[in-house]
Amino acid sequence: MLFTSLKFVAFVIAVLFLYYAVPKKFQWVLLLCANLFFYIQAGIYGLVFILVTIATTYISALSICKEQENIKRLFEKYKDILTKEDKKMYKAKSKRTQKLYMILCLIVNIGILAVLKYTNFFILNFTNMKPVNFILPMGISFYTFQSMGYLIDVYRGTVKAERNPARFALFISFFPQLVQGPINRWKELSSTLFSYHTFSWKVIQSGVERVIWGYFKKLVIADRAMIGLAVITSDNVKYSGAYALLGMLLYAVELYADFTGGIDVTIGIAEMFGIKLAENFKRPFFSKSIAEYWRRWHITLCAWFKDYLFYPISMSKWMNKLSKAVKKKCGNAIGSRLPVYISSIVVWFVTGLWHGASWNFIVWGLLNCAVMLISQELEPVYEKVENRLHYRRFRYYKVFEILRTTFIVCSLQMLDYYYNISDAFRMYISIFTTANYGYVLKTGMWNIGLKVQDYAVLILGVLIIFIVSMLQRKRQIRKSLDSRPFFVRFIIFLLLFLAIASFGIYGIGYESSQFIYNQF
Amino acid sequence: MKKKIIRILAIVLIPTACLYFLQLLFMPKYVSDINEGSMIEEYYKSSKNHEVLILGDCEVYENISPVTMWEEYGITSYIRGSSEQLIWQSYYLLEDTLKYETPKVVVLNVLAMQQSEAKSEAYNRMTLDGMRWSFSKLNSIKESMTEEESIISYVFPFLRYHSRWSELTSDDIKYMFNKPNVTTNGYLMQVGVRPMTVAPQEVPLKNYQFSERNYNYLDKIRQLCEEKGIKLVLMKAPSMYPYWYERWDTQIKEYEDKYNLLYLNMIEQSEKIGIDYTTDTFDYGQHLNVDGAEKLSKYLGKILKDKYDLADYRNNQEYQKTWDTLTEQYHREKENKLKEWENIQ
Repeated sequence: MLFTSLKFVAFVIAVLFLYYAVPKKFQWVLLLCANLFFYIQAGIYGLVFILVTIATTYISALSICKEQENIKRLFEKYKDILTKEDKKMYKAKSKRTQKLYMILCLIVNIGILAVLKYTNFFILNFTNMKPVNFILPMGISFYTFQSMGYLIDVYRGTVKAERNPARFALFISFFPQLVQGPINRWKELSSTLFSYHTFSWKVIQSGVERVIWGYFKKLVIADRAMIGLAVITSDNVKYSGAYALLGMLLYAVELYADFTGGIDVTIGIAEMFGIKLAENFKRPFFSKSIAEYWRRWHITLCAWFKDYLFYPISMSKWMNKLSKAVKKKCGNAIGSRLPVYISSIVVWFVTGLWHGASWNFIVWGLLNCAVMLISQELEPVYEKVENRLHYRRFRYYKVFEILRTTFIVCSLQMLDYYYNISDAFRMYISIFTTANYGYVLKTGMWNIGLKVQDYAVLILGVLIIFIVSMLQRKRQIRKSLDSRPFFVRFIIFLLLFLAIASFGIYGIGYESSQFIYNQF
Repeated sequence: MKKKIIRILAIVLIPTACLYFLQLLFMPKYVSDINEGSMIEEYYKSSKNHEVLILGDCEVYENISPVTMWEEYGITSYIRGSSEQLIWQSYYLLEDTLKYETPKVVVLNVLAMQQSEAKSEAYNRMTLDGMRWSFSKLNSIKESMTEEESIISYVFPFLRYHSRWSELTSDDIKYMFNKPNVTTNGYLMQVGVRPMTVAPQEVPLKNYQFSERNYNYLDKIRQLCEEKGIKLVLMKAPSMYPYWYERWDTQIKEYEDKYNLLYLNMIEQSEKIGIDYTTDTFDYGQHLNVDGAEKLSKYLGKILKDKYDLADYRNNQEYQKTWDTLTEQYHREKENKLKEWENIQ
């Protein structure tokens, strides 16, 4: 069931109606049934995998939790008998058992993800075997990460394991966030997911507004940009130089509008059910550095990697030992940087791999890492120059920084949509070496499936997003909209709705595409 | 409370009204070009007291002139024709027409018997969009839809035509609420002469057998006519393209014999009709021009009149006014189009 299909809209309306019609204590049960229906629609095959993830994570988390409680009870019961050493010993033993549960569960679930998503990558790169035909279950990367985050949190003792398997199943499978995130944490989501929600027009209206905004970005902007990009990437010989630059811009617009639009739809739908999901974006294209960009783009995934991969590696005992050893041999400067370098490289390697089973994405991830580490290393140099020239006080320097970051992000994104690394680099270089800008401006850009009206809609759409983002910097735009009279808000969203209905890419003649992040 | 009700009404009614007006704007108008898309809905504006109803594809709406049949014999007729009209579409159009009137004779062009699947969404749209909503329309849609189509886009044509926003013309605004007729009782007049210079060649087919599906619908048409006391006439118009195979003709003749119907193969009778394919066709033998259509109409009208004892309404005041207007329009249109054609020459 595509998020952009009328069937999905009808499904959401029906679930909403039932949600507020049933007694409040059954609201979460209804959502669970809706999730089941939603998942079955995508094929019964995928259901098996999500059920395995739910079951294994539930059992492991519960076992870890029981182990934690047992040790607590033991300490409580024998607090007068147990010495400090005894306690330490029992604690270490218990921790080992908990770790075992956690690792077994991680192996099973990451194993499923790895086998389904990366087997062909492995086969094609390291063997002479034929590729296998695996169907990737819907949202596997997202729900696996969400469930693993929960498990690690239980292991760390920051959350208690859920005892009701059905409630846990709802947390993992909540349908609006299932296909493209955001990756939520049990701590934040559970309170809102299971609390009782009373019907309120205000809540519905607020959710609908956000959904409309999301569909506007997806159907009017992203899918329109995709038409041009599909033509440009179809022939690397014909569409180089200025075309490649145009493609780069179109992809930046498409990816941003697609992913943020998808998240707006997700959060808006959840909002209609009275459920608050984590925000996933904070105006990423206003970032002044790549590091900042990654704090503002796909926030929940980046936070996941930071909390569950970066810190565990950089602050691990073995890393500490290694750092100390390197400090002794190579000096403090290298030794103290080592944990950050190794952790960053691992995190960005995995981030690349998470985005796609191809070398393109791995290189993309590592290049992002390289840019961040290099700029970190160059910071003292910048500081020196700044101290002499005071260039940072110029207002337009910030604009330059934003444009520079945007250009780097867009350049790296070329690895996303070209089939192989050499093509991506060749096309990137062609932007600077192929002198076809005059031709493309006059003729070429009008022959890639986009008419002058389409460019007008795209430019206007991007302008609207830009203005909204600018306004968001100073105030919470939705709150200030709320303070406006009803009819002002109504007209704004009516216009957006009519824009989607008229200019949206859907129906015969247009391919109704799924959100890009659904594929992960 | 009152405020709340007003808000709810505004939320429901204003977007609905906007979408409705946008739908009117985006729907193709089929006035200045592709007139074929206008024909089905034009019927509802007609007087609906016709004795002869003609169903079929372009072989009827470009080959038969109801005005000529009126002028010659006082026969009142209407053509519910549309491009590539399929046999089930003819059936549902018959069903639809019978809600408004019961003609004495139904003439069905049989070329569609050789086509058992809808080929194109565009042709479907030109036949189905113009029908008024009823079970006949719904069933016709269900039967006709190609894989890419959905019923919802017929219920809300906006979903189909919204992509026209970038190609709107002044016609779309001008004819948003009201459109002029592009046919005279379903006849789409074509003038000009493009002679047939090459006789059509028979290209062997893999299978000549009409499909069971088409026979079922032909049966349904026959049964519905019988039920309503209507005489069914099968006709193959004198169009030379696409080639009308002997084996197709045989199957229709067998059907004619089996059910005691009248089958008129006008290709065989083209000499009797007086059709000259060097002067009476506007597209090299595929369709007749107005001269050819008038010849065929005279010939067909005489057969229908003689065989089914149709009344001559020329002196009937109830009909005179309507038909006088139609006749006048017809001749004016003919004159104008001929002038245009001469200017092109």
